[in-house]
Amino acid sequence: MTPQISLPIDFDELTVEDVSRHFGRRRAVARVTFRAARGTIVGLLGPNGAGKSTLLSMLATLLRPSSGRIRYGPHESTARGISLRGSIGVLGHDLFLYPELTAMENLEFVAGLYALQEPAVAAAAALDRAGLAHRATDPVSSFSRGMRQRVALERALIHGPRLLLLDEPFTGLDDASAVGLVTRLRALRDNGTIIVVATHDLDLAEGLLDRAIFLRDGRMAAAADRPDGLRSMYRDVMTGSHNTLDQTRAEG
Amino acid sequence: MFARVVWLVLRKDLMVEVRSLEIAYTTLFFAVSCVLVFAFALVRDGRAPEDGAAGILWISIAFSGTLALGRAFERERQSETLRALLLAPVARPAIYVGKLLGIVALLAVGEIVLVPLVALLFQAPLLDRPVWLAAVLLSGTLGFSAVGTLFAAMLVRARTRDVLLPVLLYPITVPVIIAGVRATAALLEPELDAEIVRFWLALLVCFDVVFVTLALWTFEPVMTD
Repeated sequence: MTPQISLPIDFDELTVEDVSRHFGRRRAVARVTFRAARGTIVGLLGPNGAGKSTLLSMLATLLRPSSGRIRYGPHESTARGISLRGSIGVLGHDLFLYPELTAMENLEFVAGLYALQEPAVAAAAALDRAGLAHRATDPVSSFSRGMRQRVALERALIHGPRLLLLDEPFTGLDDASAVGLVTRLRALRDNGTIIVVATHDLDLAEGLLDRAIFLRDGRMAAAADRPDGLRSMYRDVMTGSHNTLDQTRAEG
Repeated sequence: MFARVVWLVLRKDLMVEVRSLEIAYTTLFFAVSCVLVFAFALVRDGRAPEDGAAGILWISIAFSGTLALGRAFERERQSETLRALLLAPVARPAIYVGKLLGIVALLAVGEIVLVPLVALLFQAPLLDRPVWLAAVLLSGTLGFSAVGTLFAAMLVRARTRDVLLPVLLYPITVPVIIAGVRATAALLEPELDAEIVRFWLALLVCFDVVFVTLALWTFEPVMTD
């Protein structure tokens, strides 16, 4: 089934240019620059408070950058708000699900908001993909964290977004579910989705990312294409003994 | 499209409330307690003070309404579902209207219980002119909720939201509450003065138009950052 979204826009590239965000005098993100083409998984790596979630909020159009520009293909977020939101899917650290509603009702509600032609059919298909069709009529409050995470991922994907933003998607997943999520993300990448994932889980991110961006105190401390040995690279970057930022910016 | 989103948000809010009954129970309990306390304090030897019923009805609506507003948005904060609503490719004012109608519906249910209770305890002929009363209650509740829904949404991420909501809400909605009290008191007169009731009702409708327009205008910018 092809999702029908009202006025969606398509784009081939996400461009973040010198983006900063301040909350009063506090600097959350400072001069971050990167690009991500179709079929790319970009990882935002860094400790708590590094600015990953703020950057994701800006990419999701929920926050405006204090300075710099974010472009979705040729479009700027300010110019095409509603249409642009129809092309973005977000899986937040909090799962955006109503615990009192059933899994089916949650997904049907979202399908309705995204103006899919047959919300019930779209919701049933999404539950099927999550492997939870047999729990369709159970309230989400009765689900385990892993099951909720699977519903939330399908919630973010129900409208077939071009850009998928994930904030700590591996939190609370058992090994099998985490591997399943990695497989799903690879399939989405192969279908041309641009994926930006903020994570602490370097083991799961290893081999998944096409580009890793290391954030420290809101600044882009380093970046690497198709990184190997993420954990040692992360340790080196965070202790200041490794810097690939200039090289990556030059590759741009 | 706008109406469809309003309906989706309203239906979702009502479904969540029907499942949990959380807001209905807490607001009703609070409102009924409020009326009972006033009844014990003011009704002496079976005689209630003149015009007291109108004021007590509106105080109960305002206090329990504040509670309902806080809880309705606390629910959206817990799983960050308000963020999810704001991420959807829909006109954000439609989300506001859906939430507003949900609050109005919940308060209307409360009023269905409160009106006979106040009429009984204060020996007030509140039910003698039901159409006028329904119009006054609906327009007053809409004006109060229009401001309250906007402020509750704005404060959803503030740590001191429970304190700030009444502090911001009451000074602005006092004119609505006063107009509601005066209109209701006019309805309690033995001889109905339709001109006076129409005046207060027209004032309430004016407040509704102003508050809803301002809220629709400001909801998108205040929720974006």
